[in-house]
Amino acid sequence: MLKIDDLRVNYGGIEAVKGITFEVPEREIVTLIGANGAGKSTTLRAIAGLVKPASGRIHLQAEDITSLSPDRIVSKGITLVPEGRHVFPDLTVLENLKIGAYLRTDSLEDDIRWVYDLFPRLKERSWQAAGTLSGGEQQMLAVGRALMSRPKLMMMDEPSLGLAPLVVKGIFDIIKEINRQGVTILLIEQNANMALHTADTAYVLETGRLTMRGTGRELLSDEAVKKAYLG
Amino acid sequence: MLQQKSKKGAFLALVCVAALLALVVALENTLDPTKNILLFTSLKKGAVYALVAVSMNLLNGFTGLFSLGQAGFMLLGAYTYAILTIPVESRESVYYLYGGSAVKFSLPDLFGGADTVPGLVLGVLIALILAGCVAAAVAWLIGLPVLRLKSDYLAIATLGFGEIIRAIFQWDKLGPVTNGANALKNFPTFSSFNITNADGQVVFRLSTFVAFLIAAVCIALIVLLINSSYGRAFKAIREDEIAAEAMGVNLAKHKRLAFCVSSFFAGVGGGMFAMFANQAQAKTFTTAMTYEILLIVVIGGIGSVSGSAIAAFLYVAASEWWLRFLDAEMWVFGIKVPFLRTGFRMVVFSIIIMIVVLFFRQGLMGSRELPDLFRRRPRKSPRKAGEHNG
Repeated sequence: MLKIDDLRVNYGGIEAVKGITFEVPEREIVTLIGANGAGKSTTLRAIAGLVKPASGRIHLQAEDITSLSPDRIVSKGITLVPEGRHVFPDLTVLENLKIGAYLRTDSLEDDIRWVYDLFPRLKERSWQAAGTLSGGEQQMLAVGRALMSRPKLMMMDEPSLGLAPLVVKGIFDIIKEINRQGVTILLIEQNANMALHTADTAYVLETGRLTMRGTGRELLSDEAVKKAYLG
Repeated sequence: MLQQKSKKGAFLALVCVAALLALVVALENTLDPTKNILLFTSLKKGAVYALVAVSMNLLNGFTGLFSLGQAGFMLLGAYTYAILTIPVESRESVYYLYGGSAVKFSLPDLFGGADTVPGLVLGVLIALILAGCVAAAVAWLIGLPVLRLKSDYLAIATLGFGEIIRAIFQWDKLGPVTNGANALKNFPTFSSFNITNADGQVVFRLSTFVAFLIAAVCIALIVLLINSSYGRAFKAIREDEIAAEAMGVNLAKHKRLAFCVSSFFAGVGGGMFAMFANQAQAKTFTTAMTYEILLIVVIGGIGSVSGSAIAAFLYVAASEWWLRFLDAEMWVFGIKVPFLRTGFRMVVFSIIIMIVVLFFRQGLMGSRELPDLFRRRPRKSPRKAGEHNG
């Protein structure tokens, strides 16, 4: 569904991504794991159009989306759940969700119901300012907001960041559920254990290069991965 | 359900505004305007400032763009309005230093002259709209480079724009158009809308009403914009640019839109200010004026339209009217009250403002609107499902 071909991205004067090639098949959960500064976030930002790649091509279902603006890319069906959640703190939960569907002009009724079914907690807090939610609830809102654009591909940047283990498990259960309902997922994580348990396909990114590829299970049992990322 | 509710809310708001306008007409025609000159001055200036403050709030409060160019855009509006509406026969006397005006027509004259109803209404209306358009067009132009800047830098750049535009309009070489550093006058003002009989005596006053009507219509348009999906995008940009962009909000486009719309209404406000002051002169549109308006926005509550409007009237009334007595000598029981002299009013006024800013950090209204104050449990309560509209 998504094909990345020899992508290079410069970020703040250094080459953060040094020519990576990978693929996200339809309806799968794909994860990129790697240490801090490996270029994971930069890869996602380049796919979302937030930074311009230096070279390389990005294709979504055979269509070249490399140099499109972020709003065009969202309307093509790719959405990003940014790192650190970035909910709109002074807007209500419902308003946050509506902004997620900003580029759509059709009725949102069904999608709001869908998101509220996935996250009953959000429904309870529909009229509350998003800034007053707990970290886990804010992450739910960030995911729900991204779903409001009816994405084909949802990219998630460190969804477990700063959350309690139990909450992280809840979030990953939801990710699997969303995937089961037909949304392809590209996930980047430092929490390699959780990510590899969830993913169909996994890649290891080291200082801007992909060094390993396999199914989640394969990488979980790989000695090198165990040593470097699973502790 | 919510849609019904918001329809009801809009209807209520409309009724309130209509009642307010009726009250203004009633006041103006029952009170003697020569004895209550300060009241009506405050009301008219308050209406003008309310509009400009709301337009500034749209940018600073709702979109999070800290701009200080409001006086500059008002100046553009005031001059556009004045240049387009000075009657052809008075141009010679207004522009006497430059041997007449370079602009050879006048909008009211095109519709039969400023002393006929269509000439006055259409002429003033079109001139005000064009005043807004000129301000918006200039905003679009300077927005191209300036809107790339963030927060303080944007404020400095727009502040500079205000200064430059004032200098340009006072430039001698532009005299045939702008009348140089001299005032433009003799154009239709709010008082031109008072209905007179054949002897030229006023039979029905509408001057304050017209100021309120124009301000109310413009503020209503801004509120409609804020409540639309564009408004939601503006707020998203204010709250978090990164997330807004990731959600597909085109940052550059929406910032430009907010900047142009805000400037448009500042331009209309500038035209109204010229109508209020009976003249347009570049030196009145100083940076201090921008600060006055910024102060109103802060006092009213950043992100509250009704706050800005209420604060505008309070601010103008306090500075022009309620504190006037402090400027005159006063004797109580044969003792002269100390400190009271010309200028003392502004000292007290500054202290009041400091107190307000210190103790009402959020301004009078915070980010709430007037109707929120009457709601018993605002927003916080969880509501039944299915209430959300699409």
